[in-house]
Amino acid sequence: MRIAIIDDSVMRASVIQQGLAELDDCEIFVVTDRRGLVARIGEIAPDVVLMDLGNPSRDVLEEFFAVSRALDRPIAMFVDESDDEAIAASVEAGVSAYVVDGLAAHRVRPLIDLAVRRFNAFARLQSDLAEARGQLAERETIDKAKRILMTSRGLTEPAAYGEMRKAAMQSGRRIADIAEAVVTAHDLIGGPR
Amino acid sequence: MELSIGFLPLVDACLPILAREHGFAEAEGLSLRLVRDMSWATVLDRLLYGHSDAAHMVAPLAIATTLGRGRPAQPLSVPFVLGLNGNAVTMTPALAALVKPATGLGDARAVGAALAVVAAQRKAAGKPLRFGVVHRYSSHNYMLRYWLAACGVRPDHDVEITTVAPPFCADALEMGEVDAICVGEPWSSVAVERGVGEIVLFSAQIWRRGVEKVLALREPVMEDKRDAVEALIRALRKAGEHFVDPANWEANAAILSRTEYLDSNPLLVHRAISDHMMMTQGGAPVHFPDFMFQHREAANFPWVSQAEWLYTQMTRWDGIAFSAADAAKAARVFRPDVYRSALLGTGEPLPGASSKVEGSLANTTAVSTQQGRMTLESNQFFDGMVFDPLDLPGYLAGLP
Repeated sequence: MRIAIIDDSVMRASVIQQGLAELDDCEIFVVTDRRGLVARIGEIAPDVVLMDLGNPSRDVLEEFFAVSRALDRPIAMFVDESDDEAIAASVEAGVSAYVVDGLAAHRVRPLIDLAVRRFNAFARLQSDLAEARGQLAERETIDKAKRILMTSRGLTEPAAYGEMRKAAMQSGRRIADIAEAVVTAHDLIGGPR
Repeated sequence: MELSIGFLPLVDACLPILAREHGFAEAEGLSLRLVRDMSWATVLDRLLYGHSDAAHMVAPLAIATTLGRGRPAQPLSVPFVLGLNGNAVTMTPALAALVKPATGLGDARAVGAALAVVAAQRKAAGKPLRFGVVHRYSSHNYMLRYWLAACGVRPDHDVEITTVAPPFCADALEMGEVDAICVGEPWSSVAVERGVGEIVLFSAQIWRRGVEKVLALREPVMEDKRDAVEALIRALRKAGEHFVDPANWEANAAILSRTEYLDSNPLLVHRAISDHMMMTQGGAPVHFPDFMFQHREAANFPWVSQAEWLYTQMTRWDGIAFSAADAAKAARVFRPDVYRSALLGTGEPLPGASSKVEGSLANTTAVSTQQGRMTLESNQFFDGMVFDPLDLPGYLAGLP
């Protein structure tokens, strides 16, 4: 089975590719460049095309599938219309799949399921990453605020942290928000950095 | 009541966005969630698989989906037209120089005649002109083809027509992938601003009152959520009133341009909503009244005749035989009964008829109404053809 993965995110494409590598008897092609997309798909002559739902080139590709004679067999979204559950799951995950006419459902279904799992895994990975980045940035702000309090009020590090924690508890805010306020106030008022 | 609405980042997604932003939806007891996507295919998928209740959609796609063109048939309903026209034909500066007048806005016939000469030369040279449209089932495709065919240029024979995603239209012109595009705002203006395209013609010059985007829902969803849909129609009418008031243009351009909506330059959006379009980079803006048409003359009324016109163009360009049964299915996609029911008893004008002869009016004409007072201005096609919905085969036979 020849599978084309079209994704302008190189990272996500490789996550999907790795996931599909465990399938037997599959040749995988990754296309990340919008330019020449249609010609490239014509060359690959895939049995299955996986594309992320956010890709602006989906309409271009569907037009190509509708009118082109470049592919021997017609290609349409999903294997048959009875597979609504699989389609709904893939739309949920953010992946669209196009499958050539006549490809047996039992061959396609595991592939789609796998792609859906990989798309979901990637989405989780990204939100974890964003969260980790956010935590890292917060850590830095808190350290900066501690240094400001230590310098301006002559506090020890634990005391500076304790002051912020107390302010946070009293105002019902997070320590990171208090630290942010300390840093902003310090920047506005000026003073030794 | 809650409704989620899918949209593409285009200026004519304005009414749902403004209905939410200015509280018109809220005043109707409606909470709107707007879902932004980057292709019509995804907007449609979300609608069909229940991620959205309604969608901003190119009108022909609602009919194609109902008729099962390109995928299994699913009946859609259109209780509200989001706007008429607002597209432009934008060419590479090299092609524009060959077909448009030295100054000012060209005439659709004159530009078409000049284009026919270039198209013949390019075809003879083995490099036929290539046009980009945003979707196979878009008003852009049908308006462009209507214009070309009436000017003696046969689409798919004398020139190629291909699909280009709106965000890449300027790139496609710059890279020479296409010689011209027909696209909605702000994308022509983006090409003009980059100096890679010149606006040569507005879609309103091809058909003065051409149906463009619609509000589409799955038929069963519309029945299930009928109260919410009718509340939405009232909110969208209010949003339209706000949208066309010059006092609000600047503020609305800023809202529409925000990252979560069009993610665009407010100056470009302002050009479109004020009907003052810049045709060439650094040129003087051209005032073309009703470049976009979102409100007056009950612009949002889903005229059944407009759905039927779209069906005739679908048979024409998909090369399928006319079918009276399909024509009737297409006609039923547009739901003036829902529009009327939503606005009955409000101050909004409601026409007496639900279908009209398209292209027959040259002057402002008072029409009979169910409620309120209404006049219709010119609704002509540039070639003077008239579309009589009572004789679709006759109309098709008379087309070039």
